[in-house]
Amino acid sequence: MTGAAERVRVVVRKEFREYRRKRSILGTTILLPLVFLGVPIGELLSLSSSTPPAAVRALAHSAALMMLLVPIIVPATISAYAVVGEREQGTLEPVLTTPVTERELIIGKAVAAILPAVVLSYFIGAAFGLAVRWNGNPAVVSVVWNPPQVVAQILFAPLLAAWSTWVGMAISARSSDVRVAQQLSSLGSLPMLALTSLFSFGVLVPTVPLAIAFAVALFVIDSFAWRVVAMMFDRERLISRYDG
Amino acid sequence: MFGFLGPNGAGKTTTVRTLGTLIAPSSGEAEVAGIPLTEANAAAIRRSITIMPEAPGLYLRLTVFENLEFFAGLYGVRDAKRRITAALEAVNLQARSGDLAGTLSKGLRQRVALARSLLSEPRVMFLDEPTSGLDPVAAREVHELLDSLRQRGVTVFLTTHRLDEAERLCDRVAILNRKLLTIGSPDQLRRQLFSTVIDVRTALPLDSPQLLFPAIDGVLDWSCDGPGCYLLTVSDSATVTPRIARALVSVGADITRLAEREKTLEDVYLQLVDNDGEGAK
Repeated sequence: MTGAAERVRVVVRKEFREYRRKRSILGTTILLPLVFLGVPIGELLSLSSSTPPAAVRALAHSAALMMLLVPIIVPATISAYAVVGEREQGTLEPVLTTPVTERELIIGKAVAAILPAVVLSYFIGAAFGLAVRWNGNPAVVSVVWNPPQVVAQILFAPLLAAWSTWVGMAISARSSDVRVAQQLSSLGSLPMLALTSLFSFGVLVPTVPLAIAFAVALFVIDSFAWRVVAMMFDRERLISRYDG
Repeated sequence: MFGFLGPNGAGKTTTVRTLGTLIAPSSGEAEVAGIPLTEANAAAIRRSITIMPEAPGLYLRLTVFENLEFFAGLYGVRDAKRRITAALEAVNLQARSGDLAGTLSKGLRQRVALARSLLSEPRVMFLDEPTSGLDPVAAREVHELLDSLRQRGVTVFLTTHRLDEAERLCDRVAILNRKLLTIGSPDQLRRQLFSTVIDVRTALPLDSPQLLFPAIDGVLDWSCDGPGCYLLTVSDSATVTPRIARALVSVGADITRLAEREKTLEDVYLQLVDNDGEGAK
């Protein structure tokens, strides 16, 4: 492993260790996905043979949207803590005086925010998909197990998580309060959800090529956002901007 | 050990951050650990130094060991476990390695921060107010640690406004107040700023000190500081003090004290900073 890769790994491990002991992050990463999985499954179980097809489809679409909320909200909460949390503990200066580069630090923190969000998103997506199969309502199965919808969920989850992470880190770098940073990050991540909800609610008829085209567009936006965040991570600015 | 002294707002922390490549210099040149201070050399400089900021800056939800392990990883320290153990031994904190940093007192956190500075075996350590806010016992422990570092040959750049600390620990000191006012060993600075004064005390007042003292070779001036108390300004303490003793004995005086009046680093500091303040006005 190169020095840079090793430093990124060290940052990721440290971030995970901190999350494990920080209640607000732990709560968001455990409770939120449980809610987003439990609510649609509960609604699914409440369906009867007399439920109108339109209502069944609406439930399936809203469930698909909920699956995409996890990769948006979880990384927004985590990444909003990235810089301002360090600043609050006074750890930013000691870290920035080490050989770690700004980019290594950003990547380490981003991986630590994106990875759990994507894993959780895939997990609850898979759990919901299996629950739908088990329940066997054909109208729901046809919407949830629709290949373009599945492709969209798989491709969008990491890309949405990356967007939320960059927004969260950008706000965190400019913020001096963790809670304000987390609230603003969640708000800043929502426009991307509006875009993808066009799929979830069937406003755009989902096809695999369209899902891939949207994913490419998200990737381009994420790349631009990464560049903006990289520019904002300037040692001197991070140290002196909010100096007590 | 190099002491960097100055009042609040003098630029001590800014200087450390500049030398530590956290802030780009606006002008001038510097070398850190023999490496020219340029943007291209920033990473090389950071590998050669450690900076301990005024606040310990520990991850409060991580244990002491995890804190050190993280920084050892960032410095690419090989055999990290052994080095962490050695650093904890150096600050006498082996028993607390599994404790969360957030549960430690301020003094103990400062010791952990010091252990963190030792991990990478730096060529230069920058310590910014390492005893700020510590109680006297904790401050003394930090002083002992710094002293042991000096004995191990580590170059320490210590910023402080505790003059007793600088006087006790530093081989050389610089005094600044937004500009460098002076630099040298505490002794040199004392000599540079103040003439040597010998404090003479006799059991009974002398009959005619106005005749005795000016006659002694090397005595530049004298004054009476109370009954039987005299202050003599001399050119050189080592050669003139024996002459004063002989002169006093020759007139039958009972000498109760004959010693150089020590000027402290605090006197030097106050003189320079006050002069600088008056100059600025």
